[in-house]
Amino acid sequence: MSEVAVKGAVKRYGSIAALDGVDLTFADGEFFGLLGPSGSGKTTLLRSIAGFIELDAGEIRIDGTDISRIPVHQRNIGMVFQNYALFPHMSVAENVAFGLDVRNVPASEIRERVGESLDLVRLTGLEARRPKQLSGGQQQRVALARALVTRPKVLLLDEPLSALDKHLRQEMQVELRRIQRQIGITTIFVTHDQEEALTLSDRVAIFNKGQVVQAGAPRTVYQWPVNRFAAGFLGEANFLEGKVVGVLGHEARVAIPDGSEIVVTHQGIANGANVLVALRPEKISIEPGGSQAPRLNRVIGRVQAAIFSGSSLTYRVSVGDRLFVVFEQNKNRAPLVEQSAVTLEWETADNVVVQP
Amino acid sequence: MTPTTRTRWAILTLTGPAYLWLACTIFLPLLAMLALSFLDKSPLVPKPASFTLDNYGAYFSKGFYWPLTLWSIQLGFWVTFFCLLIGYPAAYALAKRIKGRWREAIFLLIVLPFWSNALVRIFSWTMVLRSNGIVDMSVQAMFPGAPSIDLLYSYPAVIIGLTHSYLPYMILTCYIALQAIDDSLMEAGRSLGATAFTTFRRVVLPLSLPGIISGAALIFVPVIGSFMEPRILGGTKGATLGMNIEEQFTVTANWPLGSALSFILLAIVLIIFGILYPFLRKQGGEA
Repeated sequence: MSEVAVKGAVKRYGSIAALDGVDLTFADGEFFGLLGPSGSGKTTLLRSIAGFIELDAGEIRIDGTDISRIPVHQRNIGMVFQNYALFPHMSVAENVAFGLDVRNVPASEIRERVGESLDLVRLTGLEARRPKQLSGGQQQRVALARALVTRPKVLLLDEPLSALDKHLRQEMQVELRRIQRQIGITTIFVTHDQEEALTLSDRVAIFNKGQVVQAGAPRTVYQWPVNRFAAGFLGEANFLEGKVVGVLGHEARVAIPDGSEIVVTHQGIANGANVLVALRPEKISIEPGGSQAPRLNRVIGRVQAAIFSGSSLTYRVSVGDRLFVVFEQNKNRAPLVEQSAVTLEWETADNVVVQP
Repeated sequence: MTPTTRTRWAILTLTGPAYLWLACTIFLPLLAMLALSFLDKSPLVPKPASFTLDNYGAYFSKGFYWPLTLWSIQLGFWVTFFCLLIGYPAAYALAKRIKGRWREAIFLLIVLPFWSNALVRIFSWTMVLRSNGIVDMSVQAMFPGAPSIDLLYSYPAVIIGLTHSYLPYMILTCYIALQAIDDSLMEAGRSLGATAFTTFRRVVLPLSLPGIISGAALIFVPVIGSFMEPRILGGTKGATLGMNIEEQFTVTANWPLGSALSFILLAIVLIIFGILYPFLRKQGGEA
């Protein structure tokens, strides 16, 4: 298996930089998610690794060998396309066999490996079907079997699950993970579905405007976003702008516009500095009543809207002149009524200082 | 009304006029022609006509119909072949390489000949092909002293003229077939280790075959019955079965013979398609 390293990748279309100096290393056997809004460069990077796009500058190495100038068909990559791109005039078996066929693998070996591959994706018995006769999930599996049968060095997935309905998507996520673990192939996938990226990936990279904003384990990136974009793109976040009014040991007190004060862990910020704090909606506890005494990491507000969505509730709470978003698990409590006064409270560890 | 009756009514009223029109303009005249082909006298002759098979017999007994037929069929194959040879790459470039406004502009250039009268187009070819014509003069300019080139009134002239007339059909049918092939299929082929050429041969060509087949049928059928281009560009040399049929109606006024020859031509087309059908269906079915 293989390590993929991208160094200083640049790709311009006219005055727009689709990739603007991207450095990323995909470790051997890693499941890596590329995440970002459309036009952020994630797909451009994937297609550059595949060889469909030639970089203007930078290099792509697989196991140390620069492949930037090697044509697509010699790169030995497996790719699953968003629309699966199954050959409609071939049967399932012929589709899977295609990559071996063009490599002049002997017929007996082709039969064997196609069988193994279909077994891996649990499609044995459907060899003679045409792609049109398969469900979306089955087509996805054929595409995966076809991409893996040539034993590629790296598997590239371009929004692989976006065409499936929610239930099937969750099932396929589990399948993808199982198959990837079983063969241990370095896998890079592009998605705009943040939940999918967090569920599947060993590591994720968040893209914006052709650059990597942040890369790391899903949990790290979610808990410790580096800037406003990363915090806002991956999950929801409340942003509190404030001024440091006191530093004590490892902690700094920050005054926020409504007059309350919050505490952030010390980041080497000077007294009097302006800071931006990200606060996840699910970290905030919400209690009825607004008469509690002032305290650090506690604000008093008024419910503007309560949105029920089954397992959880989303509250929009006005505090001073700004809105807080708060998630609450649907426990056995009557929902808080709109316009009622509430107290919001959270822990110091939940305040994450981010770059603007 | 139940939904099914409503649907039936809708189908009837929507398709009815078209079928009625086709029946009146194609089917009835064709039946009249078929009846005519078994008569011994033209309806223009004011004597009672009687039933005969002589008109069909004439085709098989008179020696000169067979070479005419052979030439017509050859012409059909040659023109179809050249249309494919020139049209398919053009359609491929249009569908897969050229994007946006350029595509529209080039499309316009392809259909532009359709806007001019066919006769005008054919006569302008005589200007190009005759001795001292444009081809001849260009060759003389480039290679002084080269023998004079007079293509007019020859087999190649007929093939050139017909290829020009029917090329847009091939480009359009192939374009439609090629355009429907998702680019990701070609990318998939290459990602699986196939060269661009192998991907074309294994993926693009089979998937565009229905376009090639319909283009070939659209060209082959009218070409083997053609008479205008062979007459103007081929003169006496390029005589086709179609020309002979036309003469039976317009010159010798032997309508029964003309009708019989028409149905023989129709039978030839059907036989050729019958022979090719299993092959076409196999290829087309894969696509």
